[in-house]
Amino acid sequence: MSLLEIENLSLTIGNTQILRDVGLSVASGEVMGLVGESGSGKSMTALTVMQLLPWAARATGRVTFDGIDILAASEDQMCALRGDDIGMVFQEPMTALNPVKTIGEQVAEGIRWHTKASRADAEDRARKMLDRVGLPAANFPLSRYPHELSGGQRQRVVIAIACALKPKLLIADEPTTALDVVLQAQILDLLRDLVAENRMGLLLISHDLAVVTEMADRITILRHGEVMEAGDTARTLSEQLHPYTRQLAQASMHVPARAEAHNAGSGKPLLQVESVTRDYPGPRTSLFRHSAPTRAVDDVSFSMAPGQSVALVGRSGCGKSTLARMILALDKSTAGTIRFRGETVTGKSEAELKPARRDMQVVFQDPYGSFDPRQKVEKLVAEPLHVLEKKPAPAERREMVAHALHEVGLSPRDMDKYPHEFSGGQRQRLSIARAIITRPKLVVADEPVSALDVSIRAQILDLFAELNQKLGIAYLFITHDLTVARAITDEVMVMHDGRIVERGRTSEVLDHPQSEAAKALVAAAPDLHRAIARRLQEEG
Amino acid sequence: MTAYLLKRLTIALVTLVLASMVVFAVLEVIPGDPARLMLGMNASADQVELLRNQMGLNAPLALRYLHWAAGLLSLDFGRSYTYSVPVIDLVRERIIVSLPLALIALVLSTVIAIPVGLFSASRRGRAGDTIAMGAAQFGVAVPNFWFALMLIYLFAVWLRLVPAGGFPGWSAGVWPALKSLLLPAIALALPQAAILARVARSALIEVLHEDYIRTARAKGMPYRAVLWRHALRNAMIPVLTILGLQFAFLLAGTIIIENVFYLPGLGRLVFQAINQRDLIVVEGVVMLLVAAVIAVNLVVDLSYAIVDPRLRSRQ
Repeated sequence: MSLLEIENLSLTIGNTQILRDVGLSVASGEVMGLVGESGSGKSMTALTVMQLLPWAARATGRVTFDGIDILAASEDQMCALRGDDIGMVFQEPMTALNPVKTIGEQVAEGIRWHTKASRADAEDRARKMLDRVGLPAANFPLSRYPHELSGGQRQRVVIAIACALKPKLLIADEPTTALDVVLQAQILDLLRDLVAENRMGLLLISHDLAVVTEMADRITILRHGEVMEAGDTARTLSEQLHPYTRQLAQASMHVPARAEAHNAGSGKPLLQVESVTRDYPGPRTSLFRHSAPTRAVDDVSFSMAPGQSVALVGRSGCGKSTLARMILALDKSTAGTIRFRGETVTGKSEAELKPARRDMQVVFQDPYGSFDPRQKVEKLVAEPLHVLEKKPAPAERREMVAHALHEVGLSPRDMDKYPHEFSGGQRQRLSIARAIITRPKLVVADEPVSALDVSIRAQILDLFAELNQKLGIAYLFITHDLTVARAITDEVMVMHDGRIVERGRTSEVLDHPQSEAAKALVAAAPDLHRAIARRLQEEG
Repeated sequence: MTAYLLKRLTIALVTLVLASMVVFAVLEVIPGDPARLMLGMNASADQVELLRNQMGLNAPLALRYLHWAAGLLSLDFGRSYTYSVPVIDLVRERIIVSLPLALIALVLSTVIAIPVGLFSASRRGRAGDTIAMGAAQFGVAVPNFWFALMLIYLFAVWLRLVPAGGFPGWSAGVWPALKSLLLPAIALALPQAAILARVARSALIEVLHEDYIRTARAKGMPYRAVLWRHALRNAMIPVLTILGLQFAFLLAGTIIIENVFYLPGLGRLVFQAINQRDLIVVEGVVMLLVAAVIAVNLVVDLSYAIVDPRLRSRQ
């Protein structure tokens, strides 16, 4: 019998049906991958096993863990299971830890609670567990607070909490989605090792097919709360019998059709960045002294031709967003000049920047956070129009908004709706409509598709490609996702510790990386083709 | 941490100096000549002028401010115009009534508000929460002197458990003295507790939605334990802020409440001093209250750093 057995699980919250007849099982030492797009019910399945569902949720069916009927278990029984036999790791490591307690306290707390160990014993075990997840005592004493750690380090602490008592089952809900690819590979390695060491069952939840393929022995594909297909990972994904499986696999490898790339060097450059540096003052050590400044961007130079699509890739914290902010004149450089269409942008006043602002726009990562929820689409999309020389009349304005909406594949009727009436993908279309309404020459897109599901992401990448062709907009794509870079850009720049360490044609750099930083990125990036091939090979 | 401490301390001192200027200036422009008041209506203009010179009232404004401020530093608040005794002696007699009263009220309001906030937050939207918050709403709306009158009627007139007013003095024993402070303290504390409970509830509800609460639950800790160990401390920052602000209201509240209960405290002293145009007493007492409020807020600022480790390392 399996360790975790879910049969005919249905779940409603209020009057909404969340899960319908879901079945899956996880055996000891096995990795089960649960894949699906947002809203498919992946997380709710996990929370049902933990019995941490919202108040109004009602579950029917059977969930058995190690012979215990979870749906019938009392809260006391569940408290005894949680954190002891079942551990859970969550998506967002930045907020998963209590900011006012030390990491030692937080790891030791569960140990003390379940084993009634003394504080000293529990701290001793917490220390060993932190060592195990790669946070050695020399740099990470128990007295550290979460805010002193990076995202990847915090996720290690969360894993230490979940695995401190060697659980029989670990549920990991998108454990690496918020991390860059190199950190993702490290965390996945750690999870794999923990599974092997303790014959722990792992229920790995992810929207990323490539990640799941690399990790999972078996896979369950969920859509709208129902299981579409389940089975051996390699076979399921190589045969792709179910249409939805095929659709998911294709979407995650989607490359938009693009005409021949623009060549740099033809005519005047659109954007020139010359020896740009940005220092941030270090933390204050006393009332009047700061410690040495941090150099976020270090002597960066490059140029972009009109219509060119360039990717700026690098690990989180490498300085790529700081560089983008300086290009958009939202941040001042410490040294160096940035020229846009031959005119200097650096050191200009807001009024002098107006013409430049008209021709460069931005698309952000989070389609939920980048709109004022109390304003209508017409006003939101028309926002950049205030940089135009001549303010358009209301009728003219509506016309322009309608046109922009049409160009991104939305209906002009959507103008009178509010942002919450749109899905995540539609909202990203709205951001793009807002970016192109002034007919810019350059759009800076900061991780524009990383918050989107694969199928939506394929559509948005298509849209970017189409607008590039049709309107001749140049793109600077900031991303840590190499598949995005490969899909949509002609050239790629690899950034590491504030410097551009490699630059070249996208396919060349990604296939034959030269610098250490680029090699590390390419090696860590999950790739569906490669992962399936490797799995098939292993199984013979 | 040291930088944070120094910064807060500097801000507190600057605030104190500015406040002293404002207090001095405001009382300067209020009509009413203390010399004329002391001498009575029949005094001649020459006599008044002589006394004004003696009292130093004719010196330039800046000079008088400096003289007064220098006196404050050595706890010399000057002499009362009406009682002709040092202001500090008047204050000393009264502060042993007002300070315990304010502190008891502060402790009471915290002790009432935090459990009510926890209770309501953990039963959000259910009957218990609705009743508790309805009561809190009532507490916010009703003025404290009305509470005071109701309390007197109930406990002093009807049940005869405590005196209706007056203060026997600490020499009469700790218990009788405390007993006469009990009703005023409750009357002062209840409206404050109502506000604080609402703040605590909403701060807790916000914190209970945080991811780390789920992490703690996934460790296998029961809801109640998570509430006490993880949620409460994180919800303390807004609660401490309000607590600091409330101290000022408590001090102001004593002026009304001490009058309702005939307590010989600072509030009554300042009330009478205003009536008698005894400006030097008013100045002294007000400065003392200002200093107390600034000190309490400094303590609140420092307690932020104790509650939240991020404040300790950031600045």
